[in-house]
Formats: sequence, structure tokens, C-alpha cells
Amino acid sequence: MKPLEGILVLDFSQYLAGPSAALRLADLGARVIKIERPSSGDGSRSMTLKNLIADKDSVLFQTINRNKESFCADLKNKSNFAAVKKLIEKADVMIENFRPGVMKKIGLDYDAVTKINPRIVYGTVTGYGTVGPWTKKPGQDLLLQSLSGIAWLNGNDGEPPAPFALSIADSYTGVHLAEGIMACLFRRFRTDKGGLVEVSLLESILDMQFEVLTTYLNDGHKQPQRSKYNNAHAYLSAPYGIYETRDNYIALAMGSVTDLGRYLHIDELARYTDQNEWFTKREEIKQLIGAKLKSETTGHWLDILEANGYWCSDVYSWNRLIESDGFQALDFLQNVKRPHTSQDLWTSRCPITVNGDSMKSSKWAPALGEDTEKISREFGLISEKGDAL
Amino acid sequence: MKPLEGITVLDFSQFLSAPSAALRLADMGAHVIKVEKPETGDICRTLYISNCMIDGDSSLFHAINRNKDGITLDLKAEKSKSILADLISQSDVTLFNFRPGVTEKLGLDYDSVKKINPRIIYGEISGYGCKGPWKQKPGQDLLVQSLSGLPFLNGNRNDAPMPFGLSVADMFAGQHLVQGVLSALIKREHSNEGSLIQVSLLESILDIQFEVFTTYLNDGYEEPVRSAVNNANAYIGAPYGIYETADSYLALAMVPIPYLGELIGCKALLQYTDPSSWSDQRDEIKTILKDFLKTNTTSHWLSILERADIWCADVLNWDELMQLDGFKELEMIQKITRKNGTELYTTRCPITIDRQRYTNKKAAPAIGQDNELYIH
Repeated sequence: MKPLEGILVLDFSQYLAGPSAALRLADLGARVIKIERPSSGDGSRSMTLKNLIADKDSVLFQTINRNKESFCADLKNKSNFAAVKKLIEKADVMIENFRPGVMKKIGLDYDAVTKINPRIVYGTVTGYGTVGPWTKKPGQDLLLQSLSGIAWLNGNDGEPPAPFALSIADSYTGVHLAEGIMACLFRRFRTDKGGLVEVSLLESILDMQFEVLTTYLNDGHKQPQRSKYNNAHAYLSAPYGIYETRDNYIALAMGSVTDLGRYLHIDELARYTDQNEWFTKREEIKQLIGAKLKSETTGHWLDILEANGYWCSDVYSWNRLIESDGFQALDFLQNVKRPHTSQDLWTSRCPITVNGDSMKSSKWAPALGEDTEKISREFGLISEKGDAL
Repeated sequence: MKPLEGITVLDFSQFLSAPSAALRLADMGAHVIKVEKPETGDICRTLYISNCMIDGDSSLFHAINRNKDGITLDLKAEKSKSILADLISQSDVTLFNFRPGVTEKLGLDYDSVKKINPRIIYGEISGYGCKGPWKQKPGQDLLVQSLSGLPFLNGNRNDAPMPFGLSVADMFAGQHLVQGVLSALIKREHSNEGSLIQVSLLESILDIQFEVFTTYLNDGYEEPVRSAVNNANAYIGAPYGIYETADSYLALAMVPIPYLGELIGCKALLQYTDPSSWSDQRDEIKTILKDFLKTNTTSHWLSILERADIWCADVLNWDELMQLDGFKELEMIQKITRKNGTELYTTRCPITIDRQRYTNKKAAPAIGQDNELYIH
């Protein structure tokens, strides 16, 4: 039995943050029904990466929304609205990521919904929180990263601030939302009441920086200084970073600079006996290391460093990664193609293993409204003849 | 009532990944007891970054381990066995991130712990999973990022592959562990049995790439190509990125290129009417923009673009961010206090529950500070 079996989630959200939280709940065993507006549905159905589309929906949408069902409802239509309210009566969780105020206008804000179902756990995602001057700003990942200071931690010094090149604010917010929801589901066994869980992209992207922000808050507000050369972490000393070799790259984590000098035969490193200099003279040390590493292959250097227990690693492209035995041992991929299509759709599975079960599911991402009729019958939302009740 | 009130967590882990999971559980109401090696404790205590030490411990340790009690125990010593059994039998969750095989040697593997307490939820984080040829590799964040393909998404095309500038594998793995533990707590209410929750840095860092990795798996295994100019996402076309202006920087998300050209008065952009050119000629377009945006200030561009509802933003550093009302409204910073009175500042839990922001004044424990309370 998967841990969340028996839990019903209504997911009104779109794009990445909210839907990725719903996906995690689904993989952990919950039943997730996406509530989508007729004709267009979740905006990410038409958002493609590299123009990849399978069976009329973007592969991107199908990546985020596999293992869910789809129910179409126009929330401004009276009978549709009544049907959704009936679903809410039966649900354990609902998730929304409309701009602040929209759910209230529709009549499905938390206070309204608790009157329908006081046991519901209600999850809300916003860009910047629900109060303050920024609530109307667009909650888009790159914009949040730009405001949060995180771009000053990434990329090389001398370049403009560089965002982390994934929608990492969205992803982290989705993770936090799933946490808050599950915590409230657990509490419900004690209190028999639901709860309101609010997360925002801004708070989550700040939380991602909590270690270095704490340093900044207590070191007299010194701004972070990225490394000019192969930056990997603004606050860490040489040799931390990824370096070019004769045939590829090599990653070096924390370790002694003088030991490294001996292992690699870089005589100039012997003089850096003061550990503070590994940070303050990080650029010149890293340049010395970089110059030497270019002279031989990654395999050559790994042999030497691994034999000495130095923290190092090869640097893999995805091609090399998926061919490696280490990746294959994870059994990390699953096929979520729609049943009537012939083209496979490969994606990664849930990263959490529960009692040895890797929580795979071949349930595909639903076509828009694919499950509307089935759900309507199941929950008594239509008559035997198929008319709306 | 905080959701996890009444839950006790024994946290045997160190560094960032699993300790950050314990912190989240603590902030949501659990009682966390950090178990450390006598004298030296969690190695993170001495992992100074930018030489920031507070009351004898690194700023990192303080950030990660606030809101916990702390005890010291020699896990190898015979006399610790009964103390451990006692603690385990009174706990709901145990957390570990030792290298594979170590808990077995200590008699603290899942099967042994389950014998003491069948209702225990046992969470563990490894570097690369518990089987396969990589399981003994050091589970360090940068090294895992390097194997995961992620650095080939980040930085500009002519840079070496560039890791994300924070320990994101550790952090995501920690939060995935929280998710697994919470789901197991829910399940226990039905089954009255505990569970084993396992996550790894490698699976977690792959999971955060799931959108683009899935694209790769279904487009004929084409490797990602970073933008040569102000890269912000290898898979998104121009203008997506952060640009220098006359006085600062400007972030631009998705916007049709000719429309952008029209708004800012950049004629060279008007010719890119075919949306596929925004991807195919991304670097060319971004180079034009890079040069053009330098001709005026950030506030000038923002005033034009915001009026047209274009997705754009100022690019702030922490000093600038913290001056703004939008940040102040969040009350994201809290003051925490050690038992000896040492005060410091850190961020709070990012999750708001029942309109309550979860703060807690309790700072990270001094080493072994609560031994008397728990060890008799």
C-alpha cells in the first residue's frame, strides 16, 4: 500500500509549482484530479520545450501531470460550479495557484471552502505572498530569482548575475507545498480539521539560500563574492569547482590545497599553508590548478586523486550518465505514454523510495477532460442519462 | 496547533541534507533531538564559510540546526546501547545520512531499529542510492551535481560546465526526505506500522531536472545547448535572461521579440517575426539586446515594460532586497537565541499554516547541551 492511498486531491493549479506538488502526492499514492477550464485547460498543455508534443499536449505538460485525472469545469458556470462544490465535499486536499483574490471572487477561497468541507487541507501558491505591495506582480520563476539575490551566487564574477538555469523557485515551492499539505493531513487525525497551507515562490527561493543568508545576516552584511574562475559556490574556498582537462572535465570538492599540490605535482601550491588563503587567494590557486589539469585526461587525474581519497568526480553529460551502471542501478525511468498512442514517453520517477518500493506508476497525463464523465458518474454529478444534476 | 506537535525525531545525521529535513520537521512542530559524536560533534560545526563563526560554531551549523535539542553519544560504545534503545523506543522518526554499511555496523540499520520500535519511521539519505557501483562514492553535493548532467545546463555555453552555486542536491534531498517521512506518518495512522524512507542526492538532483531531462529522453537524446549570452535556461528561447543596463541589471522572461523591440525602440529586433527564430537565433537576438539595454537604466526599461505587462524584473542583491516593503512584509528574518544568550539572525520556515508564520527563538544546541535531560 502506498502511503497516501485513499487521499483525494483536487488540483486547480497550473504550470509547475502547484502541479508538481500534486504530482508528488500522486506518486505517494493519492488520487489527483486536475480541475481544468474547458477548451484550453492548464496553460502548460501548450507550452513546449523544443516543440515537443505528444498526442496534442506538450511533453512538458505530460511530464508534470502524469499520474493524474482531468475534470473540466467552467467555474463561472452555475451547474459546473455546483459539481465542483460536490467534489470538494469529498476531497481531502485542494491546491490552487491563482493570483491573490481570484479564488475569493469565484467563491472558492479557503473560508468558503471550509464551509463546504471543514476537513479539507487547502494549499495556495503565490509569487510573493498574499499581503504587501508585490502581490500583483507576475509570479514567474526567473523574475523571482532576480529579486531574491540568488543570481548573485551563480556564474562567474565579472559576468552579470546569473540565474540558476532551471525553474528552481517553482520546484522548491512545490516541494514545500507538498510538505505543508501532508503535515496538515497528519494533524487531521488529531484535530479532525483541515488547514490552510500557503507558500510563495519568494519565500521558497529565500529558504533555498538559508545557509548563506544566515552567514550574510551575521557577518556584517557582506555581499557574496562569486569566483572569477569556474565559480561553484561563492562562499567556498579553492579548489571547489569544475575544471577542464585534456579530454573532458573534473570536479573537485572541499579538500586541502597543499595535499592537492602534492598529488598533482603543482609545486606552487606548497606555499599556501595558511588555510585562510584558500579562500582569500582562491582565484590564483584555482588558476594554478586549472592550468595543470588541462595537461592530462580526466581518467588520469581521477586515478591519482581517488587513490588518495580526495573528493573528486568525473563530469557527465546526460548521454554518459544514462549509459553508466550507476544510473542504471537506480532504475529511474518509466514510460508514461497514453494507452492509445504508439510513441513511448519516457520520464523520471519519484525520487523517494518507501519500504523498498520506488513508487513508479505508468499512469499517463490525462487529455483535457479525459475523466470528466467517469468522475461525474462516480460522484453522482450527472444523472443516468448523462444530464448535469 | 502546529501539525507535528507530539512527534519526536532522533536526528543522527550531519552536514546539510538530512539535518535540514529535521529542521523542517522541527519548524512544523516536531521535537527534534540531535545526536552527535562526543567532543567534535557534527562536522558542520567547524565548516566555516567566509570565516563566519558564532559562539564557537559555523554560521552554517547555526542555520541548519536551530530549533533542536542536542545530545552526545558514542554510538560504538557498549554502554550507549541501552540509552539508544530507550531513545528509539520513545521516538517516532530517526534520520541518518551515514555512508552505506555504517548503520549496520553500529546496529542502527532499519531492521535493528524496527525491532526496538516497530512504529518507527526510518529516514535515510545516501549519495547515489543503496545499490549499484556508486554506492560507496562520497555523497558530496558538487560531485553529485557533476555526475547528474546539471552543470551542462548552467552558465554560458563557452564556460566549463557550471554547477548551481548552492548545495541544491543536499537541500532537495533533505526536503524529499521530509515528504517521505510525512507520508509515512500519515500511513502509520491506518496501519500502525512504521516505514523505511530512502532518498539519495543523485535521485533528487535528477528530479529537479525532470522537465528538461524528460525532453532529452524524448527528443532523440540531444544534449542541451546553453546560450552563449547570459544563459538562464538552455531550453528557453530569447530573450530569457538577465542583462546589464546603464546602471544595473534587468531580468526578462518570455516575450515576443518584435513586440519587445517595438516597446524598447530597438529596430534590429523587429525582423524576428518567426517565433522559431527566438530559439534558433537565440544568441544573435540576445547579443542585440545585450548591447541595446546598456544604453539606458533599469528603471527606464522597467517603466516601459511593466506598463505593457511584460514579464520583467529588477535584479537585486540582498542589501537592496531587504530595504523593500515587499520583502519586509514577509517577516522572513527571525532572531534566535542560544541558551547562553548568544543571539543571531536567520530565516524562518517558508511554509505558512493557518495564516501563522512559523518562527521559533530556539537556536542550535551547544554540543551535548541537553545530555542531562535525556541521558540517565
